[in-house]
Amino acid sequence: MTTKTEKKTNSKKNVPSELGCTTSTKDSIVQVRNLRKWYPVNKAISLFGKDIIGKTDLLKAVDNVSFDVPKGKTFGLVGESGCGKTTTGKLILQLENPTAGEIYFQGEDVALMSKAGLVEYRKSVQAVFQDPWASLNPRMRVRDIVGEPLQIATTMTKDQIAKRVGDLLEEVGLNEYQSNFYPHEFSGGQRQRIGIARALALNPKLIILDEPVSALDVSIRAQIMNLLVDLQNEHNLAYVLIAHNLATVRYMCHRTAVMYLGVIQEMGDTETVFNNPQHIYTNALMSAALPSHPDIDRDELVLPGEVVSPINPPDGDVFQTRTPLKVDEKHEYANSRPPLVQVGKKDHWVVETPWSIASKDMKVNLAGI
Amino acid sequence: MTTKSKKSATKKTPKRSSKTSKAADFGRKTVRDEVVLSVKDLKTQFSTKWGTVRAVDGVSFDLKKGETLGIVGESGSGKSVTSLSLMRLVPSPPGEIVSGEVNLNGRDLLKLSEKEMTEVRGGEISLILQDPMTALNPCFSIEDQVGEGIRIHQGIKGKGLFDKVVDALKSVRIPAADQRAKDYPHQLSGGMRQRVVGAIGISSNPSVIIADEPTTSLDVTIQGAYLRLLKQIQEETGVGIIFITHDFGIVAKMCDRVAVMYAGRIVESADVRTIFNNPLHEYTKALIESVPKLEQKTGRLTQIEGQPPALWDLPEGDSFAPRSTLKFSEKDAKIRPELVEVSKDHFVQLSKSSVKDFKKYAHLVNY
Repeated sequence: MTTKTEKKTNSKKNVPSELGCTTSTKDSIVQVRNLRKWYPVNKAISLFGKDIIGKTDLLKAVDNVSFDVPKGKTFGLVGESGCGKTTTGKLILQLENPTAGEIYFQGEDVALMSKAGLVEYRKSVQAVFQDPWASLNPRMRVRDIVGEPLQIATTMTKDQIAKRVGDLLEEVGLNEYQSNFYPHEFSGGQRQRIGIARALALNPKLIILDEPVSALDVSIRAQIMNLLVDLQNEHNLAYVLIAHNLATVRYMCHRTAVMYLGVIQEMGDTETVFNNPQHIYTNALMSAALPSHPDIDRDELVLPGEVVSPINPPDGDVFQTRTPLKVDEKHEYANSRPPLVQVGKKDHWVVETPWSIASKDMKVNLAGI
Repeated sequence: MTTKSKKSATKKTPKRSSKTSKAADFGRKTVRDEVVLSVKDLKTQFSTKWGTVRAVDGVSFDLKKGETLGIVGESGSGKSVTSLSLMRLVPSPPGEIVSGEVNLNGRDLLKLSEKEMTEVRGGEISLILQDPMTALNPCFSIEDQVGEGIRIHQGIKGKGLFDKVVDALKSVRIPAADQRAKDYPHQLSGGMRQRVVGAIGISSNPSVIIADEPTTSLDVTIQGAYLRLLKQIQEETGVGIIFITHDFGIVAKMCDRVAVMYAGRIVESADVRTIFNNPLHEYTKALIESVPKLEQKTGRLTQIEGQPPALWDLPEGDSFAPRSTLKFSEKDAKIRPELVEVSKDHFVQLSKSSVKDFKKYAHLVNY
């Protein structure tokens, strides 16, 4: 039996290698390759595949994104709203179908999975959402919310489910007797705990955390972040953390990718990236982040213009419309997408064009006091 | 004797003020001591089916001209009700301002008639709300919404009004202001909308702006730009700003003084450096330590155990005692602590249950 299953997975180990993706298939839980999600907007009227009236615009939410999520580790996606980080999470969760590209789960292409395989995949990949007020059904009791995945995906009996729900609630720091309550009887932090218990119900291997603490009070945030870290260590869980708060990312994530307009601009080991951010955009984000002490007075690196709409972004480097440096319009990267380049010999990758790397005077000084 | 904390005395980094030009600095200093808003023993209550909720329970503070005061606390700590009470916007019933004084430029706002108050609101004192999407009416153009306050308070009409609106939009750095004035809220981005809300706030040259979490719904870079803008406006006009927030990052960046609120009362208040360098109340300490730092890899975060208390069922005495990690007897926790000045301008609600160095200051109180 065991040899058979091994053979099966071995035969599917054909995940293409991609720049910046350094984790082997054996150590990865999910590997994303050249993922794209394009939404057509302002659809043209077309006949025989040709546009007759108007032109279809493409909103390129995610455009050629590749990364590995290592087993038992946290992978962070940061960027401003509209950069495609949430869409990437939805694609991994199979809530959206990619326009192009593949998602590999333990070496197996999710798009080619059998129905049974997909059921298994959906059990292994769960989500915790941002707003604990919107993500729990107000008409369901907590025991039904947390128990629903068990009812659907397992053959457990009612009593077994009730026991499991009780255990899950205790694990996330709630009491068993609270399983009879409705969501409105809980505070924001407690609701987020219920959301985490629901995500844990099926013993997943990966949880997509979409801004799990940004809707919570500061004092509650620490509780939830510590809980997530503890659960990760206990169950060897992998997380994809989608966040815009850089301090949260630095605290939680082992690897981090900075996204802008659907493209990863900088990626690598979290500490390496934070200690020596290369891309101008990364530096701008860090310089704008709030200080942790009044004596820290960072010079803010302000990018010209506003966040560009992801509808019909430039064919070349997406950052060329925001860079403070001069863009050579004849340069190849002004018209075609630049690849990620390794910085030194470390796990640190960046989109390198003549206008995207921060010079010495642009570098953010993250020194404390 | 040793009430003056050594740490805060040695830590003197006038870095921030050195950034502003000398002339502006001089201007600020001369007006600094002028108190614009003085709140004394403000109490606001709500009658609910669970009993009386003392949302604001004896809050006092002063706001000087050109000063930024941060009111920090969790949700339910009474910080937003404090700001609504200052504007006399507490819905009544069930809410009621029971006692206290709110002196704005020497007038007690709580004694004004409703008609006089309408003139003060949006005139001398204005409010910038959290969510620009709900603060702006989608059915009216930016011109109408910014102009409404100017028309009511300054009685300007027609072309003059439009010019004033454009000026207000320009002062919050909205590009192509005369065209944007004709737009509707949905045509603007989140950052621009928040600027419009800001323009409404400052259009009538108020002496006090209350900013209730004005940047929580914004992206980091847009938040940075907005906070910078508020600071510039403050330097130009000398307006006093009250920042209601739960984010110590905003406090560190923006505020001169900080008041930490817990369960309707101020538990500690001091200038911003003292709060960060030498916090005395356990709640203040925990709030600062529970935030991960961007500047370095943070070890395990300190978390405040438990939940904020239900305001209709406050523990007798020190309301923070149930969440405090200090050692204390039940009798200590039963004493209702007083807000005491432990060193110059540093006020702490002194209790054995939530101040570690209580012994050092025990002579200041008689319990």
